[in-house]
Parts: sequence; C-alpha cells; structure tokens
Amino acid sequence: MDNIQLILNGMMREMLSPGTAAVAIAVIGLNIHFGFTGLLNMGQAGFMLLGAYGMGISVWHGLPFAVGILFGLGAALIFALILGVPTLKLRGDYLAIVTISAAEIIRYVGRSSLLTDFTGSAQGIPGSQYSDPFRSVAFWPFTGGGSWVLLPFNYHDVADGAVWVRLLGWAIAIGAIASLVYLLRSGDKFSGVARNGLVVLLVVFSVFLLLFLFPLDYQKVGVNGWWLRFVAWTLVAVCCFIVYLLVRSPWGRLLRGIREDEDAIRSLGKNVFAIKMQALIIGGLFGALGGMVYVLASSVQPDSMGRTLTFFCYTALLLGGAATIFGPVLGTIMFYVGRAFIFQASRAYVPDSILNTQEAAFFSYIVVGVALMLLVIFRPQGVLGDKRELRFNV
Amino acid sequence: MSEHTINPSGLADPAARAALVGGFEATPGASKPDSILVVDNIVRQFGGMTAVDVQHLEVQRGLITALIGPNGAGKTTFFNLITGFDRPTSAGKGAHWAFDGRTLDKTSASSVARAGMVRTFQLTKALSRMTVIENMMLGAQDQAGENLFKSMFRPTWRAQERAIEAKADDLLGRFKLYEKKYDYAGSLSGGQRKLLEMARALMSDPKMIMLDEPMAGVNPALTQSLLGHIQSLRDEGMTVLFVEHDMHVVRHISDWVAVMAEGRLVAEGSADTVMSDPAVIDAYLGAHHDTDLGDDALLSEEHMQELAEEVAAEDAEREAEEEAEGLR
Amino acid sequence: MVRGTAGLLLALLLAPFLVLMTSGSASAVTVMCLPKADETACIASTMGSRAEPIAGVDVILTAPDGTEQRVTTGDDGKWSFEITETGDYVVSADAKTLPDGFELENETVDVKVDQLGKSFGAILQLRSEDYSAETSKVDELIQSTVNGLRLGLLLALASVGLSLIYGTTGLSNFAHAEQVTLGGIMGYFFVNQWGLPLWLGGICVVVFCAGTGYFQDRGLWQPLRRRGLGLTQMMIVTIGLSLALQYTYQLVVGARTVRVVQDNPEVSTFGPVTITHQSIVAMVISVVVLSAVGFALLRTRVGRATRAVSDNPALAMASGIDTDKVIRLVWTVAMGLAGLSGILYALVVNGIKWDSGLQILLLLFAAVTLGGLGTAFGALLGALIIGLVVELAPVFGMPGDFKYATALLILILLLLVRPQGLLGKPQRVG
Repeated sequence: MDNIQLILNGMMREMLSPGTAAVAIAVIGLNIHFGFTGLLNMGQAGFMLLGAYGMGISVWHGLPFAVGILFGLGAALIFALILGVPTLKLRGDYLAIVTISAAEIIRYVGRSSLLTDFTGSAQGIPGSQYSDPFRSVAFWPFTGGGSWVLLPFNYHDVADGAVWVRLLGWAIAIGAIASLVYLLRSGDKFSGVARNGLVVLLVVFSVFLLLFLFPLDYQKVGVNGWWLRFVAWTLVAVCCFIVYLLVRSPWGRLLRGIREDEDAIRSLGKNVFAIKMQALIIGGLFGALGGMVYVLASSVQPDSMGRTLTFFCYTALLLGGAATIFGPVLGTIMFYVGRAFIFQASRAYVPDSILNTQEAAFFSYIVVGVALMLLVIFRPQGVLGDKRELRFNV
Repeated sequence: MSEHTINPSGLADPAARAALVGGFEATPGASKPDSILVVDNIVRQFGGMTAVDVQHLEVQRGLITALIGPNGAGKTTFFNLITGFDRPTSAGKGAHWAFDGRTLDKTSASSVARAGMVRTFQLTKALSRMTVIENMMLGAQDQAGENLFKSMFRPTWRAQERAIEAKADDLLGRFKLYEKKYDYAGSLSGGQRKLLEMARALMSDPKMIMLDEPMAGVNPALTQSLLGHIQSLRDEGMTVLFVEHDMHVVRHISDWVAVMAEGRLVAEGSADTVMSDPAVIDAYLGAHHDTDLGDDALLSEEHMQELAEEVAAEDAEREAEEEAEGLR
Repeated sequence: MVRGTAGLLLALLLAPFLVLMTSGSASAVTVMCLPKADETACIASTMGSRAEPIAGVDVILTAPDGTEQRVTTGDDGKWSFEITETGDYVVSADAKTLPDGFELENETVDVKVDQLGKSFGAILQLRSEDYSAETSKVDELIQSTVNGLRLGLLLALASVGLSLIYGTTGLSNFAHAEQVTLGGIMGYFFVNQWGLPLWLGGICVVVFCAGTGYFQDRGLWQPLRRRGLGLTQMMIVTIGLSLALQYTYQLVVGARTVRVVQDNPEVSTFGPVTITHQSIVAMVISVVVLSAVGFALLRTRVGRATRAVSDNPALAMASGIDTDKVIRLVWTVAMGLAGLSGILYALVVNGIKWDSGLQILLLLFAAVTLGGLGTAFGALLGALIIGLVVELAPVFGMPGDFKYATALLILILLLLVRPQGLLGKPQRVG
C-alpha cells in the first residue's frame, strides 16, 4: 500500500508540475502547426528556448518583467518569419529540416562562450536571476510566506485515512477521468454548451478529488510553489480557449483545408502562404510562452530545450490526439505521468542491482520511444482524435 | 475589351451561339469579338523539352470552349501556367496573359482565382478528411472569419457564415449532394467528388470556370448529368474552358474547340470543323491519315479502344523520353 | 541476381578492413570530481578537444591563499580539482608536460568560484608552437581542409544511405544517426570488450549493422508500407525508434565515451598536415567504399534498378522491377554503410558516446538536402561540402562554437535560392 501511495504521489507531483503545464502549452502550439495545418515543425523546442531567453536575458539585465515577456514573444515571432519565408512555399520535409536546424543553431549560439554575459553559455541563466519579479506579482491567497497544502481537507480526515477510503477515492477518480475522456471523445467536436459545462465541472471535480487523495505540500510563492502552478495551469486553460475560438472559425477551417491539400485551397483564391505563416507564428508564440513557464521553476538551460524535447512534444500530441482541443493537454499529462509511473514503479519494485535510479530513468525513456512508435502505427488518432479524420489515406 | 459585348443570357439560345461562332475565324489564335481571356507567347520548358508553346489564344465570353489534344499535348501544363500554378519559362520574355482586362503575368494562383477564374483539377482535390459542407464553405470569397483577428470573435462573422451555408446548401441541392452534406468528402465516389469540386468552385461566383478533364474517371451514368451541369452554367452566362481528350464529349457540348498538340495550338474552330482538320487528325492519329474523325461509325467502342491504346503507347514513349530528359 | 550483387557489394564494403590492424591495451581511467551540495565544488575541463584529447599534461591550480595543486590529464584529456572553499582560483598548465609542438594560447585562466555544489569550467586552449599569424594561416587552411575532407567522407558514408532510403521510400529516417552510433558501440564491444582484431571486428560490425537494416525493413518498414501508413507517420515512427535506441545505448554503455581501441593513435606529419594513422586508413576505406557504391549504382543492374525506383516507383514496378526487394537491399546497404561510418568515426575521433550519432544527424540531413533530396551523388557532394564548411569555418574567423551552426546556416540560405538542392531536379507542379 505504501509503495502504491508513493508511486501515485510521484505521478501526481509530475502531473501538477509547472514543467508539465509548460510543455502542454508548447504542445498546444505544435497542435496548431502539425495537427491543424499539417506543418512539420521540428523545432518547437527552439521556439521555447527563444521565449525563455527573451524573458530571462531581459529581466536579468534589469528590464521589467512585462517587457521580458514581450521580448520573448517578439523573438519567437521573428524566428517564425525567418523560418517561414524560405520554406512555407516548399514541400513539407524542407520545413522539418529547416526548423530542426534553426532550433539547433539557436541552441549552439546560446551555448557559445562568446555570449556568456547574455546567455550564460552552456551553464545557462540561473532562475534566481529572473524569477523574483514573477513571484512578486503573486496575489491573494498566495501572498505571505510558508508552505501550503492546497486542500486542507484530505483523506487523512476521513476514517483516519483507512485503506478503503483511499481505494474508493482512487476508483472514483479513475471513473471521473474516464468519463471525462469519454465525454470529450463523444459527439460533435465543437458544439453543445451543456456538454462543455459538464466537461468543466468534471475537470474541477477531478482536480479536487485528486488533491483530496494526494495532499501535496508546496511553498506558496517559492521558486517551485503553488503560485507558479496556478499561473501555469491557468495559462494552459486560456490557451485551450484561444485555440477553441480559432479553430471553430472559418480561419480554422482554412487551416484544415491547407492540411488536406494546399493546391485546392489556392485554387479557391486563398492566400495559402499568409495563412500558413499566421499558423506558424501563432503556434510559435504558444511555444515561446511554454518556454517561459518551463524555465520559471528552474533555469534557462539551452541543452534542456533541444531536439529531444521537440520529440517529446510530438509524442504527447499524438498520444492525446492531434487536431483536437484538449488532446495536447491530456497527452502531455499522460506522457509525463506515464513516464513517472514507469520510473517510480521500476524504482519501487526492481532491485537496484538490475536498474539503478539513473537506469530506471533511461528505461522510462525507452518505453516512451517504443510507445511513440506503437501509437503512430496502431492508433494515430490518439486518445481523443477523430478516427474518421484519419481514416482516409491521402 | 471589345465593343461587341453580347448579353450573356442571349447565349442560352443555340441559334444565337451558332450565329456568333459562325463569325469567328477558324484558324489557331483567331481573334474573338469579346474575349474574356487573352494569352500571348507562353512557353514552358522542362529540361530541354518544350511542354507548352502557345503564341496566341483568345477565349470568347459566355461560351463553352474545349481545349483538346492527345495525352501529353501540354493541356494541363497550359492550365497550370495560366492559373498561376506554374511559371512560364518565357516569363519576363514576352509572356503575357490577361483575364477580363486584367493582366495576370505575375499573379499568384490565389489571386487568379480571386479575379474570377476558378479551376478544378484532373486528379480531384476534394479535401477528403473534411465534410462536404466544409469543403463547400471553403469556396466562398471574402470571408470575414478567415481573418485571423476577426476569427476569434464569432459575432463578426456569424451572419456571413449563415449566408454562405445557405448558398452552399443551394448548390449542393443542385448537384444532388445535399444528402451527403455531413459526410466526409473522402467517402464520396469519384464522380461525386468531381461534382463537389465543381460546386465548390462555383461558391466563389466565378466569371469563368476552368475544368481539367471533368469526365475522367466518372461512370457513364454521371457523365450525362455532369455535361448537363456544364451546359447550364453556360446558359447562366458563365464562361467555361475545359480540357478533354475524349472527342465524343467535346462534340456534344462545346461551342468552340481549340486543339493542342506537342505543346502548340494547332487548330481552332467549331467541333465539326476541327475534326476534319488534317492537322488535328495528324496530331491524334499519326499514321491513320485517311480517316475522318467526325465519322461516328469510326468511333465505335472497339475502334476507340484501339486508338486509345495507340495513343497511350505513344504517350508512354514520350513520357519515358521526358523522364530521361529530366534525369540529366 | 539481386542477391548475388548484394553479396558482391557487401564484400566490397568489408574488404578494406583487412588493411586496418591494430591491437588494444588497457588504460587508466581518470576519476572525475563530482560536486556535493554545500560541501565541495569542482573545477574541471578537458585538455584538447573531445575528439582529440591530450593526455599527460600537468594542470596546476592556484588557490586564493597561494597554495598549488597538480593533476595529470588522463587518456580522455580530462582533468578536475575538488575544492572546498569559494574564492578566486587560477588554473595554468606546466609547459614542460605539453606535447611537442604545442603551447598554451592563454597562460592562465581565472576561475571565480562563487558557490559550492557546482562545477566550474576553465578552458586551457592549446595551439601549435610555430603559431604566427602570417605563415600558419595557409598551414591551418591545409590542415583544416584535410580534416574537412575526412569528416566529409565519413558523413558521406552515412548520408548516401540516408539519401537512398529517402529516394526509394520517401522516408526521412531520423533513426539513421543511431545506426551510426550503433556502428561505433558495436566496434567497442567486438574489438575492445571481446578482443577481436580490429579488421575482424570491423567486418563483424558492418555485417551486424547491415543485418539490422535487413531485419528492420523486414519486420518494421515493409509491413508499415503494406499498411499504407503515411510518410509523415512513418517519419514519426523513426523518431520513436531514435529515442528508444538512444536510451538503450545509455542503458547498455552508460553516458560515458567508449573507445574501440585503447592506445593513443599514432600521428604522422606531412608538411603542414598532422594526421593520425587511423584517419588515413579511414579516409582510404571511405573512398574505396564510396567508389564501390557509386560504381554499383551506375554500372550494375541492381544499381540501375535502385535509381529507377528512386525516380518513379510506380513506373519501376510496372517495368518489372521488384521494388520491395530493391528497398530491402537499400535498407541493408544503407545500415551497413552507417555502421561502417560509425566505427570509422569512433576510430577517427577516438571514442563514441550514446549521442555521437545525434551530434552529426543534422549534418547528415544538411548534406542530403544540400545535394538534393534523394540523389545519392548529391548526398556525396553535399557531405563533402558540409564537412569542409564545418572544419574551415573557424579558419575564416567563425568562432569555434559556431562551426556546426555555420553548416546549418548555409543549408538554410541555399534552400532560399535553390530549393531542390545542388543536384536535384526542379519539381513539376500539378
């Protein structure tokens, strides 16, 4: 029982962590590129890194926090323009190769010892240099020091945290999440106020239930505290809403049309290049925003935002379901929680002589790679995707 | 633009069309009293091989003009060139074409469509993973909701969206696709996709519609209704230019025929005239000089089959050559 | 017919290994310092480069209080000091222990240790003793050109395969780099761990890697093609494979650098060019194998069939070519070439790591794109250009950190003017 509680606690921490939220935001952006428009952006990590550098460098050098955010977003915008102009008129593979190369160039430049004063070279910019202004804008109830269990009422308060309470709670939580997924998968994609209301209600209920079952203790406004978690997940919700507004519109219809056949859309008098560029920019801005959130809890490390992170983003996107609203968020959570599960479980049950801590981490990434392959082959629509949208091979 | 603008609705009457066409000169590149499309000196080369070399062509407003020629004659390439999907090799060296008085030399494919000249494709480009109605609604022009900034605010485009949907419903009804409204386009049959593509093109209220082999891959039952649709478009005043290699179809519905062979325009005239033109017979049949293409008896199924095979064999040869050229 | 030619090709691939014969011996492992939070900090770096480490140099650390410590660099060129106090430290090296013909570019390096529990770097840059701006520029140019050709040839081995796969199947194989790493790591196992002579180990590596190609196509790619999986999806499958392989390597050999042979490479000097014997042999092997592949593509029946499939699979199939067989052969040969490239790379830079392939993946893609996607000879040309650019960029004043970035930048600029690559043919629309 204790082992299971330990594993579940680890998964819960991973699920709520700002890093997960940050990647979810970047994956939402990638979904606009790949899921809706069919752009093979292999450099989402580059957009994230630019956002992080834009914010980190400007705040480190004394500019206000808001200006830092603008610099981060501006850098991503310019990057998208530079990448888009030469490649958006070419075949898809070229965009893939150019974006992955350009993202690597940014990483190499960031690592360069010539720019140590700006980027901190390979060591990066420590979080302490830029995260204070972020914490200083925390508002009630996050003000004041100390740590905090978000939901004071938890399973310890019911029958002394007996095993049956927890088992029952877990069962209900699984039920709630399963019905949430079922609800998201059913019916027409963009309709029904009642359905959307129910989704929101279920999300809120699940979050409270999870907090009840896994009382987590973080600082209120610490480097990696509740304030950052609150902001990060609020941003995820806002981003989902923006994407919802965008893709149900005629503009979103154009994106999907371009994904299906550019030439057909061109023959209907639409400026395909401009639309693709807009999609690249919007998705890139989400990436930059994700990058900023990603580094607020840690430091701006160029090597932590390399190709592998982009590949993780793709795995998360396909897991959740491309071309859906909530797919990126669900996919990212499943990706990180699943990885945490493999890691924690192999820590708890496999002796050190077979897999030590580091090897368990490697093992969890091997599973990620294999899972990505199997997913694409056997269930390309992911958990939430519309099978009909992917049934025809074009 | 010409002085002799003819009221388009008058052209629904076959006699009026016959009278009008009778006044055209039956030579390649003949001038027309009211041409909507004028093309000059378009050359396109792939490697060393010249795929298209059209010196002059005019298309009369309000008629169905057929562009025919054996496979590999450069019809589709010519289509691609004037609709902005390809650039002529002669661009900047005398290539010039204008639609409805507007120069198109440097215009992108999307602007060509916005100018009122909308095309379809030989291999149908129905957007398979979108529904039929979504396909249709993409065709409408000037949608406020397609602007990135307005798209997020539904009230700015809701009314227009409804109007567009009503129009789409109308067209779907006319093309007998209304029952399929919410089906994915990928689930339609080949002929239905052709119809959908044509209906989608009409969503933009074009002045001229360009159909690239509308009959290819369509079952005979649907062919008749497709031809009917094309004729009724003309009767409503639209100009139609279509590519076809099946002479039979061409004879049936076209008012005027232009013939291409090996990239050049070799003949123009009414269907009957061009079919007895030695240059055309030459282009189509090579050795079969002594036969008359207009002779229906000749166009028996068997015979057509034979001819088609011969043509295909020649094409394969030509393509292989082209391929080899491209390799170097 | 196909099989017979495949055998011939394989034999051609392997023959040059007979040239290569060296033996292995044990070596000392340097113990690296690991910082403990609030207790110790480390000052560490590598003498020379990871590719060409310099062993046996005495590095001197002067503490703020003036006391000195000394360590000698290990075979991997690494050195480290453990310290327990914050403050300003100075690192220098004993000039007497530097290899002949080298001197320090900067006599001392200042290190400001502001907090414990961290590692601090201090790079002591070496340069040739006869370094003087006038004459050495030309020498440097020649040396870098040779290095560039060497890198280019190794890249070419891998990228020709990558390009053939792209040409015949349309797939951009992101896992190709891991096949290069696999070559190096299998070299480590066959030669270093299991004691095979280098030439035999090399042959085993190529056979093994070619085998992985054969079975990959048989077990994975062909079934996926039959399923009608889209190219984009297939590409993502290769990404998954690449991730799984990378971490498998880390699980098996860890994050350390392993070497195929233990002794330090012998060096010859021809005029201004200093080059290891292994590099010379690697270059010779590369040229021989690349010529063999080129000959096979141009002159043999199966080679022509391969080119026909790249050109137009449908037409090739219609004219009686068994495309599945050709693709199987392409996978086999491509993986064999990648493995060969990997073991040669491991010999040339004297070590291989789980991410060595990953480091050059982008250079491979750059080479293939530069030459024209899907054209084998384009990939060869592209690889040589990329190799030269990477090695020559620093000579023309590009900071060393940016040498890979330069190659990628050139790729992007080229796509602006000539999107089809150097040897590619322009696409037809419609």
